[in-house]
Amino acid sequence: MTAITVEAFEKVGAGKTAQPARTNPAPAGLRVPPPPPPSQLAGPSSTEQNAAAMRAFFAQALPPVLGILLLLLVWHLATMKGGSLPTPAKTWEAAVKLFSDPFYRNGPNDQGIGWNILSSLSRVGVGFGIAALIGIPLGFLLGRFATLSRMAGPIISLLRPVSPLAWLPIGLLVFKKADPAATWTIFICSIWPMIMNTAQGVMRVPQDYLNVARVLNLSEWKIVTKILFPSVLPYMLTGIRLSIGTAWLVIVAAEMLTGGVGIGFWVWDEWNNLKVEHIIIAIFVIGFTGLILEQTLLALARRLHTEA
Amino acid sequence: MDKFVQVEKVGMTFDTKQGKFVALADIDLSIRQGEFVSLIGHSGCGKSTLLNLIAGLLLPTSGALLCANREIAGPGPERAVVFQNHSLLPWLTCFENVYLAVERVFAANEPKAKLKERTAKVLELVGLAHAMHKYPNEISGGMKQRVGIARALAMEPKVLLMDEPFGALDALTRARLQDELMRIVAATQATTVMVTHDVDEAVLLSDRIVMMTNGPAATIGEILTVDLPRPRDRLALAHDAKYMDYRSAVIEFLYAKQSHPLAA
Repeated sequence: MTAITVEAFEKVGAGKTAQPARTNPAPAGLRVPPPPPPSQLAGPSSTEQNAAAMRAFFAQALPPVLGILLLLLVWHLATMKGGSLPTPAKTWEAAVKLFSDPFYRNGPNDQGIGWNILSSLSRVGVGFGIAALIGIPLGFLLGRFATLSRMAGPIISLLRPVSPLAWLPIGLLVFKKADPAATWTIFICSIWPMIMNTAQGVMRVPQDYLNVARVLNLSEWKIVTKILFPSVLPYMLTGIRLSIGTAWLVIVAAEMLTGGVGIGFWVWDEWNNLKVEHIIIAIFVIGFTGLILEQTLLALARRLHTEA
Repeated sequence: MDKFVQVEKVGMTFDTKQGKFVALADIDLSIRQGEFVSLIGHSGCGKSTLLNLIAGLLLPTSGALLCANREIAGPGPERAVVFQNHSLLPWLTCFENVYLAVERVFAANEPKAKLKERTAKVLELVGLAHAMHKYPNEISGGMKQRVGIARALAMEPKVLLMDEPFGALDALTRARLQDELMRIVAATQATTVMVTHDVDEAVLLSDRIVMMTNGPAATIGEILTVDLPRPRDRLALAHDAKYMDYRSAVIEFLYAKQSHPLAA
């Protein structure tokens, strides 16, 4: 029994599936039925088919739309009597104004929302990139050599549950600057899912494939490129997806503490200015960006998906 | 050559959590060049273990195995294996799966065009010329198994080892592949060792049937020589008295002398 288990990495992305992306279906609400085949028959049957397709489309699309409308309604009812939170309409107005000029610069502490998102994304990109460069090869080693995996087991189990923000002071101490400290925090929180999923994938390479390699007497290079890498790829992508998700969660909090330019800092700044509409807009923007990151990686995983 | 594959006093003991498990004991067997030998026995009798020993995927704890007078010290392309569940790499097309094997064996001496020609030719031999650029998940179970056979044949092995190659297939597909296998083996004169638990398959295909006793410490119980002329035709044999005798002999061994371990 090795120290790294599926259960262990499932906890990393609490609420998210830790299965490889190949088994991950699209969210039920977003699934749109394939369009009906274009019928050559004119007349009533074709109209009937169209009507049926329309009904199917509405049956699929209606519930999510209703859900969003309901949320807006509740929000509106809760805020229409005044109070500290803005109404949906007021927030919308502010958003239109905000996004009409997303890339302005008035000094280092007053920049457009576009710059803030981009600088958060680039911080996530750098921290995550370094984590991938170290985590994926490390995962390969841990998966291939049981002794290494047993050595790393207790360390990983101990460090993984630590909130990434607890690492921030260490980063500040070592790097003396806010920006690398935030990147460091992203690095440390995104490395665990990649190490563990990659290691898991390597350990789960089917023995059959390795037997094929032995019978064919394949070279190490061929084993890595033709057998190990393709069979670990789905696990690796799951690790990457969980890492990006966590990194995006953490960057907002990290930036609130470090300041500078970034969506997290922006939220905090708008709170200090008491522009509550902007905070709500920021919540939607953060959610939307996270959604796009996740869906892009899912789409990538589906493209690379191979089935036995 | 009379003793092409030699298995001499081979024993195999596995270390398990419950202690030592003696899977095979005292196996002596020699196989002629071009001979078709089946290993039959109840599940858990170690017939796959014996096949893996000949393949070199396992090394014996006692005794020795030789192929063409050289000790078998590990797996190698001169002893090609057709795995029970085809074991094709799902990210490669049928052609690429076979090419991987061809490349390994012949790339040192032959140009790329020749390697591709070999690959295409062997896929044609198993009747898959039309599907060679499909991925394994796009073809049926029977076709996958044929690619597995093609991959093994493509290496031009001295010995073809098959571990229940048709076990996972439906009866009709299985019969068709058995016929094809007889044709291919006749054409290539391959020395073949096949693990099976299907009595009809064993009698139809084999020159000799090695019947194994139940484990633990399984060994060879009897060896039946099947003296039926080739090419064999399953329809004609269905009413052949000699065929029926062979069939009953195997059934007698399996169910009277070595009743199933679970039934005992």
